[in-house]
Amino acid sequence: MPNNDNLIIGSYSFKSRFILGSGKYSLKLIEAAVRDAGAEIITLAVRRANTRQQENILDYIPEGVTLLPNTSGARTAGEAVRIARMARELGCGNFVKIEIMRDSKYLLPDNQETIRATETLAGEGFVVMPYMYPDLNVARDLANAGAAAVMPLASPIGSSKGLATRDFIQILIDEIDLPIIVDAGIGRPSQACEAMEMGAAAVMANTALATAGDLQMMASAFRQAVEAGRKAYLAGLGRVLVRGASASDPLTGFLHD
Amino acid sequence: MENQFFVDSEYLSPEALAKKHRLETDPSSRKNHMEYLPGMEKIHSDVCRSVMEHMNAYDCTRYTAKDVQTALEHTVCSIEDFKALLSPAAEPFLEEMARRARLETSRHFGNTVYLFTPLYIANYCENYCVYCGFNCYNHIHRMKLTMEQIEHEMQVIADSGMEEILILTGESRTQSSVRYIGEACRLARKYFRMVGLEIYPVNTDEYRYLHTCGADYVTVFQETYDTDRYEALHLLGHKRVWPYRFDAQERALMGGMRGVAFSALLGLSDFRKDALATALHVYYLQRKYPQAEMSLSCPRLRPIINNDKINPRDVGEKQLCQIICAYRIFLPFAGITVSSRESARFRDGIVKIAATKVSAGVSTGIGDHESKYTGKQADGAQGDEQFEINDSRSFGEMYADMADKGLQPVLNDYLYV
Repeated sequence: MPNNDNLIIGSYSFKSRFILGSGKYSLKLIEAAVRDAGAEIITLAVRRANTRQQENILDYIPEGVTLLPNTSGARTAGEAVRIARMARELGCGNFVKIEIMRDSKYLLPDNQETIRATETLAGEGFVVMPYMYPDLNVARDLANAGAAAVMPLASPIGSSKGLATRDFIQILIDEIDLPIIVDAGIGRPSQACEAMEMGAAAVMANTALATAGDLQMMASAFRQAVEAGRKAYLAGLGRVLVRGASASDPLTGFLHD
Repeated sequence: MENQFFVDSEYLSPEALAKKHRLETDPSSRKNHMEYLPGMEKIHSDVCRSVMEHMNAYDCTRYTAKDVQTALEHTVCSIEDFKALLSPAAEPFLEEMARRARLETSRHFGNTVYLFTPLYIANYCENYCVYCGFNCYNHIHRMKLTMEQIEHEMQVIADSGMEEILILTGESRTQSSVRYIGEACRLARKYFRMVGLEIYPVNTDEYRYLHTCGADYVTVFQETYDTDRYEALHLLGHKRVWPYRFDAQERALMGGMRGVAFSALLGLSDFRKDALATALHVYYLQRKYPQAEMSLSCPRLRPIINNDKINPRDVGEKQLCQIICAYRIFLPFAGITVSSRESARFRDGIVKIAATKVSAGVSTGIGDHESKYTGKQADGAQGDEQFEINDSRSFGEMYADMADKGLQPVLNDYLYV
């Protein structure tokens, strides 16, 4: 891996391309994500940090780790903006991952409201990372609204179904000049690896680790998968045949007869 | 069966007793339970019709083992699948259902379990619901806390570590007015991150007012979806009006509440039909209000003061477990609360399968948290309890027990925005 192959988000630079999501939280998970998966960015639901609990997550974030507070629970752009401001007041820094859901069943993001919230928060100096349904027009609008990265979902959150939206994420990777971070639905290291091979800048996962039999081993498997996928992307994938074997005799040989 | 519920108190006047007996024995002396009373808001909604059509047509004996197996093979549980899972044919598949339920729970909630406690602020009631300890003919110590007393109770509960509270009253608009409840919500916002309400159903504008006071979740127990049975059990008062109660959650959402909770009191009528209707009530409202958070409770009948014979009849723990697993498989996204009416053993088992929320440090009495939490004799009077609880674990004990089981106790996952 080249030494200077860093993940750049806004004016910040990270060595790791694995980000821990926030869905299912525990202190053990944070530990494993940082130590074994090498995560330098950890997502935190502001609503979960809003607690007096002795085990407040904020007190357990290791040094050198960047907090990425998210706005989960927001149903509108206005609510997301309020939660982001609260996060800043709680001392979570300038990063914010926008999550706006008007659907409590599938937790699918509301792209329109997300664009509005991105515009406002980018204007207030936040490093805005919007979670979105992979749609090229929306991704462009998010970029124009000042997003620092775009975070398309791979499949429904928590489903572990992998890259169900593969082709659409590929379009974002090809067309958008911002880091594309694949978020939601990554259930196994092989899926994370595939996203990285495609050219994603980073992947985010949570459930895959949180519900693993051996948390630490799974965390380390993710680290390796993300690194392998990144290397493959940088190396330039070799010829991958879509279907069947290639004919050894050229089909256009007749032209030379 | 009614005789199991009816208890005469020697403290009632002859006139009151005569009225009580007339209500119990002469249906014509009761008001029409399907007719709205003055002041009750009527909304236009087709949710009730959809739910009742399914419930009335449900014949649980029609389903076979094959239907249950097919239901368990489907990735998405349809209404028909759910009906099979609720049927007696599913009883031999309880372990398979529990495994599938655990998978869904883990997918949607991880290994978290939320803790909360109820706070009863008044036990006055104007209804005669024959199975309830608060019913207006039951001779118990009645009480309504003042704002100072409420604040004191809240301090005691908050000091124990709890961050979510559910405020309850008996159903008396005159004794516990909407404004009184609203003021209690404002106090609760000072001490708790999340404030829920379980009070008599109110109109949309009143829910909106309570929301601005800090409440964000509304629980209404329909008790039973069997309207004839409902009529025979709720003999007097506002609560008697069944359809106004049915639409309460929808009015709460229209009033801006974030989430609503549903429940039938299992044991009052055919529990399989009631479970079906409860889940479909959630299902159809979720389709109409996809942003809302939905949850279910699964209470069974419990003994009350002056009547220890009340019991959940044919709803044993096995049946309850079946219902909860079926709820989880059909509504994987919904929260499921299991109350302290159930034993510690049952609750410990069910949180590993499907329940996502348990109460702890529970009292269903009025103004007695300090004496119950600290053993200190309370200064003021106390009001009697609504029903007997079964699991009396304190907040600290519950927290430790859940953590010991490998679950992650969560005190708050919520922001009031």
